Amino acid sequence: MSELLVKNAYVIDPINHIDGEVMDIAVKDGYIVEDVGPKATVLDAEGCLTLPGGVDSHTHVCGTKVNFGRYMSPEDMRAGREVRRGVKHATSGYSVPTTYANSYRYALMGYTTLLEGAMAPLEARHTHEEFSATPLQDMMANTLFDGNWAVMKAVAEGDIERVAAIVGWTLSAVKGFGIKLTNPGGTEAWGYGKDISCIKDEVPHFGVTPAEIIEAMIQACEMLRLPHSVHLHCNNLGTPGNYACTIGTFNLVPDLNKTRQSLYATHVQFHSYGGSDWKTFCSKAEPVAYTVNNLPQIVIDMGQVMFGKTTTMTADGPMEFNLYRLHHNKWSNHDVELETGSGIIPVLYRKKNLVNSIMWSIGLELALLVKDPWRCLLTTDNPNGAPFVKYPEIIALLMSKKYRDAEFATVNRRTESRVILPALEREMDWNEIAVMTRAGQAKALGITGIGKGHLGIGAEADIAVYPLKVGEIDPAQEYQKIIDGFSKTRWTVKRGRPVARDGEILVHGENTTIWVDPKISPEHDMSHDPEFTEMFNHWYSVRMSNYPVQDEYLKRNLRIETEATI
Amino acid sequence: MIHEDMICPFCGCLCDDLVIETKGTEVVRVDNACTLGSHKLMNAGKHRLKGPIMRDSGQWRDASYEEAIEYAAGILLDADRPLLYGWSSTQGEAQGTGVSMAELLGGVIDSTTSVCHGPSILAIQEVGHPGCTLGQVKNRADLIVYWGCNPTEAHPRHMSRYTTYADGYFLENAFRDRKLILVDVRKTETASIADEFVQVKPGGDYAVLSALRAIVRGREDVVPPTVAGVTKEQLLRVAALCKEAKFGALFFGVGLTMSPGKYKNVRNAIELVDELNRHTKFTLTPLRGHYNVYGSNEVFTWMTGYPYAVDFSRQIAFYNPGETTAVDLMARKECDAALIVASDPGAHFPKKCLEHLASIPTVLIDPMHTMTTPLVKCQIPTAVTGMDAPGTAYRMDGVPIHVKKFLDLGYPTDTEIIGKIFEKVKEVRHP
Repeated sequence: MSELLVKNAYVIDPINHIDGEVMDIAVKDGYIVEDVGPKATVLDAEGCLTLPGGVDSHTHVCGTKVNFGRYMSPEDMRAGREVRRGVKHATSGYSVPTTYANSYRYALMGYTTLLEGAMAPLEARHTHEEFSATPLQDMMANTLFDGNWAVMKAVAEGDIERVAAIVGWTLSAVKGFGIKLTNPGGTEAWGYGKDISCIKDEVPHFGVTPAEIIEAMIQACEMLRLPHSVHLHCNNLGTPGNYACTIGTFNLVPDLNKTRQSLYATHVQFHSYGGSDWKTFCSKAEPVAYTVNNLPQIVIDMGQVMFGKTTTMTADGPMEFNLYRLHHNKWSNHDVELETGSGIIPVLYRKKNLVNSIMWSIGLELALLVKDPWRCLLTTDNPNGAPFVKYPEIIALLMSKKYRDAEFATVNRRTESRVILPALEREMDWNEIAVMTRAGQAKALGITGIGKGHLGIGAEADIAVYPLKVGEIDPAQEYQKIIDGFSKTRWTVKRGRPVARDGEILVHGENTTIWVDPKISPEHDMSHDPEFTEMFNHWYSVRMSNYPVQDEYLKRNLRIETEATI
Repeated sequence: MIHEDMICPFCGCLCDDLVIETKGTEVVRVDNACTLGSHKLMNAGKHRLKGPIMRDSGQWRDASYEEAIEYAAGILLDADRPLLYGWSSTQGEAQGTGVSMAELLGGVIDSTTSVCHGPSILAIQEVGHPGCTLGQVKNRADLIVYWGCNPTEAHPRHMSRYTTYADGYFLENAFRDRKLILVDVRKTETASIADEFVQVKPGGDYAVLSALRAIVRGREDVVPPTVAGVTKEQLLRVAALCKEAKFGALFFGVGLTMSPGKYKNVRNAIELVDELNRHTKFTLTPLRGHYNVYGSNEVFTWMTGYPYAVDFSRQIAFYNPGETTAVDLMARKECDAALIVASDPGAHFPKKCLEHLASIPTVLIDPMHTMTTPLVKCQIPTAVTGMDAPGTAYRMDGVPIHVKKFLDLGYPTDTEIIGKIFEKVKEVRHP
């Protein structure tokens, strides 16, 4: 039995409606309890800001394409190296750090739960191997279905129950968490070097449209009663004028779930572009945010761009090739049979560049224009918009108009006529930041029930104490203090154990992999479906029996069983 | 007993449809495997070293596992510049333990990559890698290019599972609809079924690739009548085949990576494929040899940031192929102890390197007597992954496969032995 008491904590816990109350948090055996005995280890927070452990609902940290980003980029590895010391392994990498580096840097910022944004089912074993080497955060994997042949055939037949059965079987087989659609239909078209421009285009050979795939998957997700909604990377990412496609997609979404959104749209910054070409490129954050404000069934994340070097990586293979043709840097591509694709290129976002400056503005505009912080979460689509170590700067930008103006004065001068950022006066408060970085993320992922994103009795004792005295700092003026404070916790507590203190990693750690296992009736069990097994053994390059991820790949894990309606 | 859907632990194809029949500890039948795989699997329990052996004043003697493990930990701890080399024919789990041990020792860890596709990785680090999984090629490709390799002999089922002879979802008659181009310095057996056999003069690959790039870019005017023994007419035909294909897949072997030009050849091939992607769909895949050499690159990369040749002597992960690669360390007589795991440098390294290897304390972890055995001071036999041990391996296209066990011969796994050596190391050198 281990007991811990975090004393004198200035707590903001939005899920439990606590907004700045000085209190003690008692922890026993990894969970938050009413009280502990006198022998409990005491951490004195001395009135510092104390939040539930951070949750990142969309990041790329583990798996085939992330590792390929490392593999192809020794220059990035050299940019982030630290020596081995104590329990801490040597680390490499700045924008695509090694698994240990990711884990340490997230822990130092107070993050304790991460959702890997894109796992190809065929290569799931790889993602789980890297999860095991990411010791200080609990991990989940969004599973890619954007170009899944079996799903597209079932959609073409209009058989939504079959879609759900296929998704359910696959999630159980690969130990995935939720449904990810990346440029639905587009990754399949990219198999022959083509792409999809928007939701009404037909996917070559399959006779379905992205709109049909998205609608079917939203229904299938609810049939399976998955904790998280469909998680969508819209078609047509990164092209001028794509905001119309984004709004069209949002308008497809029915409101099917009482407890959470029905669609999570990720990195919406990359999907809020106006203009008809790069010369007329401009922000359309306003109409996109307006649509989101009117559709409570949608939650988005920012996908904020920050200036500097990074590596872009996505399952959206065709988009990466287009980006490569703009940047002429180096390009990797990795299509995955019957399922999805992926691409990687390094990029440098520059303040002198007009397009990059507009992109930077759009992400901030979205966050400031979406009225409800529960529905616009703070991300960079790590590392696509920027490495996650930039989050503290984004927090400061959202809290301080003065900081935004100071930064705006340094970007490309022509940006002003293409964006509305300078006109936005909103400055976020501490509670809103807590929502956007943990509470809202946990709610959107549907994991508050398993004790994530809050500090109520029975919650997992994932706690972040920041060296910030809320009453003594004016975030609007002292933005550097905000950046410094959110960069390095005083303590990060994971499952009741202090894992980081003042920038030092204290333990090796052991994470939990959270996965979903929908319970489906025998008549919908795809493992005995003749057409499904035939497709598997004929067109995949691995046998169906060798496809599921064995239990031994998950060390410590939490299986969420859902009662599917099929 | 019949074991179905078994995985072949021989080459980077990792065929996973084998049927193996065993009687006790004997393999009596192997179905679906190629000659190479069959031979390895049929002899699964044979030629194994019974237990660890150590050299005592020039003579081999039997030793216990405890003694051998103690010795291995001792030489690694005593060394100033220990080298941990091999890793291509073992389970991913052992590779991970090896990396952690190299880190704590401040040693160098390198895999056989540095003597096969190391140059391919250097090229990828310069210009990237347009690739795909093998099933993508199987279902879509109507043009296959094999360059500097001979799959008929080295990856015998590559063509039947993934390319020429495989069924393809989008191809009506896959065998007839798929064209095959072979580029090599000599006419191998694969040439007999190729639609175009391009015979390049040794050392001429770079020039031929450059000529093809020029033609694809519309600059055939700069190409001379012959390039490295290849006629301009044939180059024009090859370029046209590539551009007209709906999906082209280029595979290459050490004929490209280890011939004059080395990584520059591979870079040129990648840039040709980049160029072709502006006209059609084209991918490129290195034909990896050992069944889990790609796994060593994957594991090393997520743990250290680099795919091979990682030097921990400064407590950071440092990577500089040519300096931190095994051959170079040995040639400079720099390493003063070595742990060789699941590979056979005795059969492949230059003589000068082997002379140095023989002069330093070296432990070999390998199930059988190999050409490296005469050079080492101690050998520890272990279970063979894919026969008497399960484990993770990565196919040449990055697909991770769980390799299964079908025999029990009582040997410890590589992971267990390396884990025990690591425990001993940790007793002395605390993390």
